[in-house]
Amino acid sequence: MNPEQQYIDLFVQYEAMICQHSAGVLNAQRAKAFACFEQAGFPDKKQEQYKYTDIAKLFEPDYGLNLNRLDIPVNPHEVFKCDVPNMSTALYFVVNDTFYKEQLPKTSLPEGVLLGSLKEIAESHPDLVQKYYAQLADSSKDPITAFNTMFAQDGFFLYVPDGVVVEKPLQLINILRSTVDFMVNRRVLIVLGKGAQLRLLVCDHTMDDVNFLSTQVCEVFAGEGSVFDLYEMEETNLSSTRISNLYVRQEADSDVLINGITLTNGCTRNRTEVVLAGKGAEISLNGMVIADKDQHVDNSTFIDHTASDCTSTELFKYVLDDESTGAFAGKVLVRPGAQKTSSQQTNRNLCATRKARMFTQPQLEIYADDVKCSHGATVGQLDENSLFYMRSRGIPEREARLLLMFAFVNEVIDNIRIDALRERLHLLVEKRFRGDLNRCKGCGNCK
Amino acid sequence: MLEIKDLHASINGKEILKGINLVVKPGEVHAIMGPNGSGKSTLSSVLVGNPAFEVTKGSISFYGRDLMQLSPEDRSHEGIFLSFQYPVEIPGVSMVNFMRAAVNEQRKYRNQLSLSASEFLKLMRDKRAVVEMDNKLANRSVNEGFSGGEKKRNEIFQMAMLEPRLSILDETDSGLDIDALRIVAQGVNSLKSAETSTIVITHYQRLLDYIKPDIVHVLYNGRIVKTGGPELALLLEERGYDWIKEEIAE
Repeated sequence: MNPEQQYIDLFVQYEAMICQHSAGVLNAQRAKAFACFEQAGFPDKKQEQYKYTDIAKLFEPDYGLNLNRLDIPVNPHEVFKCDVPNMSTALYFVVNDTFYKEQLPKTSLPEGVLLGSLKEIAESHPDLVQKYYAQLADSSKDPITAFNTMFAQDGFFLYVPDGVVVEKPLQLINILRSTVDFMVNRRVLIVLGKGAQLRLLVCDHTMDDVNFLSTQVCEVFAGEGSVFDLYEMEETNLSSTRISNLYVRQEADSDVLINGITLTNGCTRNRTEVVLAGKGAEISLNGMVIADKDQHVDNSTFIDHTASDCTSTELFKYVLDDESTGAFAGKVLVRPGAQKTSSQQTNRNLCATRKARMFTQPQLEIYADDVKCSHGATVGQLDENSLFYMRSRGIPEREARLLLMFAFVNEVIDNIRIDALRERLHLLVEKRFRGDLNRCKGCGNCK
Repeated sequence: MLEIKDLHASINGKEILKGINLVVKPGEVHAIMGPNGSGKSTLSSVLVGNPAFEVTKGSISFYGRDLMQLSPEDRSHEGIFLSFQYPVEIPGVSMVNFMRAAVNEQRKYRNQLSLSASEFLKLMRDKRAVVEMDNKLANRSVNEGFSGGEKKRNEIFQMAMLEPRLSILDETDSGLDIDALRIVAQGVNSLKSAETSTIVITHYQRLLDYIKPDIVHVLYNGRIVKTGGPELALLLEERGYDWIKEEIAE
């Protein structure tokens, strides 16, 4: 059975309903997205960009869709306890693709900041949203983006005006909630004006033991001189599939830090594209993956140096146990004219068992001559000499392995610019390694 | 306390130790000297259970226990400590976490309660003084960025923390300047008692000026070929190892 056809038919049949429950600005993009998707279909492993994850196969099972956007009765504040509490963040929830409007945090956001449901803000501020929506995420370049643009009706929108500094880190919890196997198509749009500053932590969680497939397209516009930290943490479960496309456009002198941490998951494919469009922009793109059982995590990145004097640093570390598989394909393009580029890409991977497999593919395309670029990738096991040294001091082998694994991933955690989050993550990672992280049996209340 | 009988050991199929016999009693300091390649480091590796080495013949008993039955971590818990010749760097693992894990595992083995955080930090402060190590040590990763001398002092610091019954110092003096040597030797001497023993493995006489041996052995070609008192070390200093090689050849 051809999974594309199923969704093409679905779209044709329900297009009116989809549009009815969304906003004009979003609806305007659907026709073009549909045309692209109809032509391309789901990517399969024969396509270079998707060779490590069989996307088409992931869409074969049946998933329910909430196209007429029935309310889901849950108060996430009551039933959900995120592992990163007491962090002094302003906490928001998105349940499936719906921004939760009750019990919003008491902290008032600075003047001019817009935060909330993408659909609602697209209705109240159409000009603002239209200026940015789908401007980075090109449906003709990526079938998943096309798919998401066709079906996404809502999500999260955040706008920080010129010069505004949001002091308190914001935390957004994406909860997947359903009684049946379920698909969510979520859209995120983040716009930072000139000199704006924001730190955002996004945590992905599931509350139920059904099969979830979520697609997410996130577009980030970082204005000139802006500072933006995006921390994404995935703590879902073995029956979750996450396909995420993140597009970032950075203007001159902007400073963006992205850190994606996959703690527990089923099958994850994250694509990140960063365009350094203005002189002196800086991007620090980081990722940490801890996988076991038969989890699969595929990170595909693309950093495009179009302007001069920009700096990009990539650090991705994977720890793969049992029969898990990981992939990292990082492409850096330095265009002609992007002089004084400084680019560094590092991917280090630990395979704890013989069956765990890592695929790593660095790619560097350089067309300017006054640049400093480097990349390195290693796949290995824990250092035997270090293990023995620790055992000779009386530390049992299993504990020594754990200490070495924490040490390995800590480099990525140390990049986090929110102190409380960094501390908490050290603890979470330790719990994860010791097998103490129990996510998604939820808390029992919601059943 | 330590009895080695006819010990044969090899690595990658090559036999290095060809029948070692050695008895160490509590309170004794033994020096093991010998030219390069004689098997000195192999002996220390085998004593602490390095899996790269295979014991093909013979036995080692420690306070009556068959050491071959014990894992490296249990040998440490029983009170054997090796100061490595080339201590490895472990970036990302802090000295505090490392030592706390080691100390508490040892206490668990001996059915003692773990130390609280503050008790442990106090212990570290007290023992740091033994090798004149400063405060910055605690937050650094194990041996990362340490000079040769600092690494050796760190070995003795760990020895002070774990209070072993038998310490094996594997070429602890190599790469040390006079000051570092003095501090290290002082540290070792301050930890000595009538119940503890030390095996000092060294090339040169120099360290033995500070850590005075009771018995000196010469290891050559995988066997102990000569045993004597401290004056044997002085003789080696004067005449080198050639005369021993000649003696054996005869």
